[in-house]
Amino acid sequence: MKALRKYLDKVKPNFQKGGKYEFLHSTFDAFETFLFVPDKVTSRGSHIRDGVDMKRTMIMVVLALVPALLFGMWNTGYQHTLSIGESWSLWQTFFFGFIKVLPIIVVSYVVGLGIEFAFAQYRHHEVNEGFLVTGMLIPLIVPVDVPLWMVALATAFAVVIGKEVFGGTGMNVFNPALTARAFLFFAYPSYMSGDKVWVNGLMAGNVPVDGFSGATPLAKAAAYNQLPSAYDMFMGFIPGSIGETSTLAILIGAAILIITGIGSWKIIASTFAGGLVMGLILNAFAVNPFMEIPAYYHLIMGGFAFGAVFMATDPVTAAQTSRGKWIYGFLIGVFAVLVRVLNPAYPEGMMLSILLMNAFAPLIDHYIVQANVNRRLKRAAVAAKTK
Amino acid sequence: MENLLSIFVKSIFVDNMIFAYFLGMCSYLAVSKTVKTSTGLGIAVIFVLGITVPVDYLLNKYVLTAGALEWLSPNFASVDLSFLSFIMFIAVIASMVQLVEMIVEKFSPSLYSSLGIFLPLIAVNCAILGGSLFMQEREYGTLAEATVFGLGSGVGWFLAIVGIAAIREKLKYSNVPAPLRGLGITFILTGLMGIAFMTFMGIKL
Repeated sequence: MKALRKYLDKVKPNFQKGGKYEFLHSTFDAFETFLFVPDKVTSRGSHIRDGVDMKRTMIMVVLALVPALLFGMWNTGYQHTLSIGESWSLWQTFFFGFIKVLPIIVVSYVVGLGIEFAFAQYRHHEVNEGFLVTGMLIPLIVPVDVPLWMVALATAFAVVIGKEVFGGTGMNVFNPALTARAFLFFAYPSYMSGDKVWVNGLMAGNVPVDGFSGATPLAKAAAYNQLPSAYDMFMGFIPGSIGETSTLAILIGAAILIITGIGSWKIIASTFAGGLVMGLILNAFAVNPFMEIPAYYHLIMGGFAFGAVFMATDPVTAAQTSRGKWIYGFLIGVFAVLVRVLNPAYPEGMMLSILLMNAFAPLIDHYIVQANVNRRLKRAAVAAKTK
Repeated sequence: MENLLSIFVKSIFVDNMIFAYFLGMCSYLAVSKTVKTSTGLGIAVIFVLGITVPVDYLLNKYVLTAGALEWLSPNFASVDLSFLSFIMFIAVIASMVQLVEMIVEKFSPSLYSSLGIFLPLIAVNCAILGGSLFMQEREYGTLAEATVFGLGSGVGWFLAIVGIAAIREKLKYSNVPAPLRGLGITFILTGLMGIAFMTFMGIKL
């Protein structure tokens, strides 16, 4: 460690003002703060003594994503073995999925970070850490058979249009990972929905064994009304996007986020509540089999849990006020279930309902703040009168 | 009743004037700087749409469509005045907007001055004429349906403009690249919000 520190100190002058590589200063800064906690303290005013800066916050989210990622890799292999009718050992299954998922992660990080670094150099600001999370989220919300160039294109779109045009991390309006997902969904629908994309090999024309269906539970619920057991869906032994299948793995991540105080438990709780309430309402007015499935199924199917835990809680794009968070999360849950059941075009409503509420989160905040201002003005007026 | 509710919800979300048809963009882009003024303009649009669409509906049903004048005298059964619909609709809209302008000036001078030129410009707001033309094209059967459609379209437009106004207020703290500041970023935002509104595309009610 000491040697590394010494080396960094030795090359540092090159990257500072007047140095040889001054134009690369934000790249150097990014690597330095990645390796060592920055020792910069404010010279006056209040000091916050906390090891958690933005980089550590983001890394915590990535750590929280790891259970879902590992399970997703294993499940990729598992679904593949089901489709070819063989049974492999645990390691063989996991390794197969690892080989399939790794390239998607690499492409997403390389493309996204490349653009981030380029923008940081060009616009003279520090490299933002936000992409560490986005780059991990993107691979987890795409089907395993998605072509790599599509991942690259969607990542580029999300980073440039979804984030950099607003000024980078912390200033965007829409969650970049969801922007990438929505871009893929509308630009290449045949690669993002249907029965074949969710299991490796089916797109390439491998014929699965008899009785195997690669459709996600949501598609099954809409089309044939044959659902896997609640246990299978909770554990995640079902086809789906790489990281979204296992509710259990996602809940482990949620626990990490809530304990470290990084994710807002209000948003997670209210999103689940919203989904449950809407599910119950639909049950009460059920006219077709899809409306009759138990309300709690909606919470463990598809991307609901993943979206609620990792996407809706994005501190930048969510509502900022405390009461706003309850409203925001609740509406996400309501719209997600509503779209799933009522909109035949989209079997999965979570992605779009979060994007929709991203668009209206500032408005919710505005009204909450305004209501607070009005209440205080009224109180002040009353106080002035009684004086 | 159920039919009316479905038309109302559909015109707000599925057939949103801004995000599905991109109508009424000029005042949407120009006035959406603060939530307060855009709320005022949004309410004015709801009001104007809520009045002009039913009035145009009556006009269309009893004057303009082929054979509509039959109630006057059987001799007119063959008269088809539908080629006049554009000009008639615009005339109705222009007079309604005049009315709204007078009301706003009387009751809320501050809103009147902050809306400025855009209040009279509602007369040429494409969302208003679009509302009447959609009403004609989709052949709504009753006056109630036309009214509900007009109000719903207005509410959809209102939602869109206050939504983007709140985002633009928040964007004041963002570091948008200089060439994109102002209208450029608003266009990008509108596109992204359009993607978000595709949530409702294809819902059949």
